[in-house]
Order: sequence, then structure tokens, then C-alpha cells
Amino acid sequence: MSDVMRAPYVLEYGYRRSTGPVIGQFLTALRDGRLVGGKTARGRVIVPPTEYDPETGDAVDELVPVGDAGVVTTWTWVAEPAPGQPLARPFAWALVKLDGADTAMLHAVDAGEPSRMKTGMRVRARFRAERSGTILDLEAFLPEQAS
Amino acid sequence: MSGPVTRFKSPVRFVFDVPAGPTVSRFLAAVAEGRLFGQRCPTCAKVYVPPKVACPRCGDPLSPEQLPVKETGTVTSFCVVNVPYEGQTMKLPYVYASILLDGADIPFPHLVDAEPADVRMGLRVRATWSDALGPTLESIRAFVPTGEPDAPFDAYKEHL
Repeated sequence: MSDVMRAPYVLEYGYRRSTGPVIGQFLTALRDGRLVGGKTARGRVIVPPTEYDPETGDAVDELVPVGDAGVVTTWTWVAEPAPGQPLARPFAWALVKLDGADTAMLHAVDAGEPSRMKTGMRVRARFRAERSGTILDLEAFLPEQAS
Repeated sequence: MSGPVTRFKSPVRFVFDVPAGPTVSRFLAAVAEGRLFGQRCPTCAKVYVPPKVACPRCGDPLSPEQLPVKETGTVTSFCVVNVPYEGQTMKLPYVYASILLDGADIPFPHLVDAEPADVRMGLRVRATWSDALGPTLESIRAFVPTGEPDAPFDAYKEHL
């Protein structure tokens, strides 16, 4: 018997993370089907909100609604999605600057094929019917003309 | 669910495909037949169960000859597991021990099926095989006490 055996070995850490007050409110809003950003003292709106203004270090405690559509500022195509990624079919990772926001957030765009992706294109959020308070409550963004 | 979100799950998962290599594969094939063997270092004469490709001390390839080892052995060290963790299959508390098989020079870890309070260094044990044999050390269900007198410390002090 000279066959070399192989076996899967799975190493998994089942982390549960605490959200903190600001991301907690962002995820709570997502669960309720809404998007919010953090408004800094200088009036910039950060999405997703951070606890502190990245420019000044001041606390960000005012959350404001932002639109559920926005503009793709940059993107890359995922031809072969890996397990655990937002979509099982090919999709784009994109930075999306939502209407009313001054920063872009990373999420998936369900465009079907890369020829439908373009920097500057408008996309709209598609929420899941069943939501639990995670970033994937926002299932993906869709090209706006197709939504 | 309508209260504020304060926590979320963020599991980290690594899936490896591990090749056993020819040496360990031969050993696991024997285990699947309910058989154990060791291999000897030609330089220091120590017998390794499970066998390795080379002697960790001398660096020399082990002799290919498959040396029979007994299914009895001695507990050289042990711990009592009292802490639950995800994926655990044993009922707490249970005993995980280093077991030096008779004829081997290096202990290997396995379960001891006994009351934790009854397990001690020097305890003599015997392998009990699972009903379902396969190419895994889980083919040995556990080691159980033989009832023999304990091995004297001198008998295993070189193998801790």
C-alpha cells in the first residue's frame, strides 16, 4: 500500500464580535432596511459610520439617513466567488458612494457580467427579505437601470 | 427581533487539504486493519509510533521495517479536560493522555476511558478498538485500564 492519503482539516474560530455604539446603530438600521451615516463636526457624512472622525479624531455621535442608491467609484470583477462571499455567482466588489454620503463603502454589485460595470455608474441597494443585523442584510447593489 | 444590534457573528474558517505522506499513510492503512506498528531509527534505535519519515533527534531516515508493538502501554502524562468548546464530541470531564505503547520509545496522545480521579502517571492501559475501523487514530476508541500494577517511574522516565 503506497497510496498517499489526504484528508480535509478545518480550523474554524466562531467569533462573535460586539459592535460598539456606532456600528451597532448602523447594523440596527440595516436590519430595519435603512442606511445611515455618521455626520462629523465639519459636516462630512461617513458611511459606514465610524466612532471617530478620521480627520480630527473627534467623536461622531450624530447619525443621519443616507440614500439607498449611489455611484460606483471603483470596482473589481470576481469571476470565481469564494465560499462565504456575498454572492455565489460572479459579481463585482465595488466602492459605492451613497447619495448624501461623502465616503464610499465596500459591497457587492450584482451586475451579471463585467461589461455591465463602469466607474461612475449608479447602483441601488437590494435588501434581503429576512434581515438579522449584519452587513449582508444588504444583499448587494444592482445597476440602477436594471432594478 | 427588534432591539438594537449589539453583536454579530464573524467566523474565521480555514479549510486545508492535508496529504499524510507515504510514511503516515502506510501507518494509517495498518490502523484501518486494526494493526499498529513502529519504525526504528538506525542510529539511536528508538522506535516511533506513529512512525515518522526521519528521527527527530538524529535526522536519519527510519528503517522501513514495520515493527509490531503491543496494544498495551503506560500513561506517562495526562490532563483532565473540563472546558467545553465548540465541536467537542466527548462528554466532560474526560482524560487526554500521553501513552507509551510497550515496544515504543515515544508516547502519543489518546483518550483514556476511566474516571479522571483514577488516572495517574504509570497507569497501565490497553487499546480498545472502535467497531468502525478506518485510516484514523479514532479507530482506537480509547485506552482502558488493564488492572495491572502501575509501571514504576523508572520504566518510563526516559520517555516523558
